[in-house]
Amino acid sequence: MAKAELMNYEQALEQFEVVIGLEVHVELNTNTKMFCGCKNEFGNEPNTNVCPICIALPGALPAVNKTAVESSIKIGLALGCEIAPTGRFARKNYFYPDLAKNFQTSQYDEPIAFEGALEVEVPSGAVHNVLIERAHMEEDAGKLTHIGGSTGRIQGAEYSLVDYNRAGVPLVEIVTKPIYGAGSEAPELAAAYVRSVREIVKGLGVSDARMERGNVRCDANVSLRKKGAEKLGTRTETKNVNSLRSIERAVRYEIQRQAHILANGGTIIQETRHWHEDKGATSAGRPKSDADDYRYFPEPDLVPVQPSRELIESLRATLPEKPADRRKRLAGEWGFSELEFRDVVNADLLDQLEETVAAGAKPQAARKWWMGELARIANESEEGAIPNITPAQVAELAKLIEDGKINDRLAREVLGYVLAGEGSPAEIVSARGLEVVSDDGALIAAIEAALATQPDVLDAIREGRMQAAGQVIGAVMKAMAGSADAARVRELLIEMANK
Amino acid sequence: MTDLIRKTASELAALISSGEVSSVEVTRAHLERSDAVDAAVHSYLYQSPEASLIAAAEADRARAAGEVSSPLAGVPIAVKDNLATIDAPTTSGSKILQGWQPPYDATVVKKLRAAGMPILGKTNLDEFAMGSSTEFSAFGPSKNPWDLTRIPGGSGGGSSSVVASFQAPLAIGSDTGGSIRFPGAVTGTVGTKPTYGAVSRYGLVALASSLDQIGPVARNVLDAAMLQDVIAGHDPHDSTSLPESLGSMTAAAKKLDVKGMRFGVIKQLAGDGFQPGVAARFRESLNLLAAAGAEIVEVDCPSFEYAIAAYYLILPAEASSNLAKFDSVRFGMRVEPGEKATIERVMAATREVGFGPEVKRRIILGTYALSSGSYDKFYGAALKVRTLIQRDFDAAFAKADILVSPTAPTTAFKFGDKIDDPLAMYLNDIATIPANLAGIPGISVPNGLAEEDGLPVGIQLLAPAREDARLYQAGAWLEKAHEEIWGKRMIDFAPELEVN
Ligand SMILES: [Zn+2]
Repeated sequence: MAKAELMNYEQALEQFEVVIGLEVHVELNTNTKMFCGCKNEFGNEPNTNVCPICIALPGALPAVNKTAVESSIKIGLALGCEIAPTGRFARKNYFYPDLAKNFQTSQYDEPIAFEGALEVEVPSGAVHNVLIERAHMEEDAGKLTHIGGSTGRIQGAEYSLVDYNRAGVPLVEIVTKPIYGAGSEAPELAAAYVRSVREIVKGLGVSDARMERGNVRCDANVSLRKKGAEKLGTRTETKNVNSLRSIERAVRYEIQRQAHILANGGTIIQETRHWHEDKGATSAGRPKSDADDYRYFPEPDLVPVQPSRELIESLRATLPEKPADRRKRLAGEWGFSELEFRDVVNADLLDQLEETVAAGAKPQAARKWWMGELARIANESEEGAIPNITPAQVAELAKLIEDGKINDRLAREVLGYVLAGEGSPAEIVSARGLEVVSDDGALIAAIEAALATQPDVLDAIREGRMQAAGQVIGAVMKAMAGSADAARVRELLIEMANK
Repeated sequence: MTDLIRKTASELAALISSGEVSSVEVTRAHLERSDAVDAAVHSYLYQSPEASLIAAAEADRARAAGEVSSPLAGVPIAVKDNLATIDAPTTSGSKILQGWQPPYDATVVKKLRAAGMPILGKTNLDEFAMGSSTEFSAFGPSKNPWDLTRIPGGSGGGSSSVVASFQAPLAIGSDTGGSIRFPGAVTGTVGTKPTYGAVSRYGLVALASSLDQIGPVARNVLDAAMLQDVIAGHDPHDSTSLPESLGSMTAAAKKLDVKGMRFGVIKQLAGDGFQPGVAARFRESLNLLAAAGAEIVEVDCPSFEYAIAAYYLILPAEASSNLAKFDSVRFGMRVEPGEKATIERVMAATREVGFGPEVKRRIILGTYALSSGSYDKFYGAALKVRTLIQRDFDAAFAKADILVSPTAPTTAFKFGDKIDDPLAMYLNDIATIPANLAGIPGISVPNGLAEEDGLPVGIQLLAPAREDARLYQAGAWLEKAHEEIWGKRMIDFAPELEVN
């Protein structure tokens, strides 16, 4: 794949206005699938969670999962949408081997939720009101694995395997209206929007919301128009953007790619594009046009979904705090600076911090660990993911330091053992005997041993040259393999000098 | 044995229940009848002699143990081959499904088994129930027992001929535009299309989901009523199935009373242009009803003029989508296109070989009707006609309790007469199609013989949705009136089949 020529980002924004649109697919975490009783579970043996309905055997009929409908209504309400009193499913007809029926049962002209809005804060602190066009229910397709061939795509593969475990898993697709006016922050806004949606569905408990498992997937539409132009530009739809970071990168890439083409008199082809995280680029997929003919028609095998007013209101009553409200509350409770708080939000660590504080850690201590050492380890790991540690363990670690049981250096060592799966921090400290030595006798012996090789140090301290103490402290720490409390060593040294 | 096979299902049920004969004896008698005549009639695509005898023995054991499973316990039955059966292939009359055995039973099949009814086999049909003669079955047509050179009606010609040739006392059919009622009319048997949603469609290989309805096929009205009582009821697996019970059809069939009932003659289906014998018998039945104290009124259904046109857009549209799953990926036939096999080429080659001409015709028609640019002109317009037809019915039922018409314009035609003329074939269903478009119930009851060819004709009764009981009440009365006039049951006029 040849990397396309790109225009410098700032230059692109000087010349063009960016319009984006986002389609987010949320996989619901219902016990069973959308239209059958099969388990909705990730990671099982291929084709074990299947039945005549989800592999579309002749004669099988769908029946709507009520919990999925309720989850969809909750999502709609949390996005400030109207809920349709009646909504039909429709068939979207196209042939593809991961689509058992060769049509997708979806909602077309009668989505369950429509006309909402979501306030989204970007890293600069600016708040954008993103208008939601609709949220509708549909089913996921199966998973194809292409064997042979070099690209891993269906073209050129020797054969392909289909796993229908995912076929029929309930999805809610949330579609924004075109988003104007984000300017240079369009990429950040796209990522921040998806993060907000993810927070909402996670807070509602209707999705596991794990992007790395595809629970939340985003297609990003990007188009440019000359500044001052009325007419919208041709858009591309970038698929397969499955992390917040890639959403931001993909949107930025498309802006630069399209700007280069337009500035050189070219035209944008309306198409789906695929994001390649490794190459940091998109590649052309299927040409797409508004005339794509899916032959939608009302699904005759299902009666319309007709949620009663009472049901809608009872679901509304269960809605948790809105993400924006929650942020305001947490910022107040934690007493972070504006910058500190925004960094936490942007690092996507709000949940972890909240849980760590709930487990007893001081907010600043929790922030220090998640934003510091743990973020560093995550960055260095191959997946770039948060290491395998629970907020409760982080809180325990912070408590051990606060109680003076371990020092910072020991804490980092303990963390390593926690990540290696040795147990909780307290267990590790006692099993490995890592507690800070505060027995003055052992410390004095070590100090005296150190002073024997550096007899001038006590004089230097008496003369007020405290830097001389550092050498002895270092020697003591070394001798005691780090388990000494440096502050106490310093105190003892001063006492000895002043005797 | 001859004796047993000519009995009605209700008579057989009584004999089995009292212990005078066993279900095994009854089942064996029908299997032997099939051995003798089915080579000529070709009602069956698949027979289950062992399984049906095992089920019969179980029914006998249950009876002896005092377990009562249903009023039809022990009575054998044949099932149209578009219903999924876990122990028998299900082809829907298509090569593309040849040899496919479902891993599950249709809800109706489950109900039959739970009712203690041995399943004798799977009956022939036009491919995917698309046709009016069984000539579009991929496995050859079934014959009309009245005249083996004539069609037994379609698509359920296997089910109509199996009861008309005494190979089974009862059968299950499916009716999308007349596939139960038209075969009933041309074979001198009874067939009901219940209210849409009265019987679960789960496990019925779909033709057009919004039109399909499973129903009973029998030799008399009471038997059909008893069978509907066995197969009807809400099914959580079919979200279009009605939540409520429609009451006892059996009780309705035993009332034998039409006094004070209002019968509406549909102006557009009053017999004009129909075969003379068909029209004559129809008028005679109206006179019978009037003489018995029923009221005869005329009703106007102007939108019926567009019913066939609307039907042949809605049906192909739904069918084109329903039949998309036949792609060789998960079940059924797979045709390798030779070199450079891609998934598209395998799908195309399989569908090219696996589907017959009528199926392809309707898939193309339906795909076109749904495509953007055509949708409003065709599919959308057809939905509007559908609404108008429903309104016509609403207005008609304000004046009448039951609507009546001949079931079909003609008696059974000869093989080959209409096979090359789709429009002529489609016109057979002119009287039956409106009921499917409106979701209302209809029954075809034998209505005497046409003097010009000596073949049976049928009368169709239609009732408002959920009022199936009215059909059985009036149908049973008409049946009895005809028996009194003609001296015996219509089916007993059928010539004896040559026995192997
Ligand atoms: Zn399933």
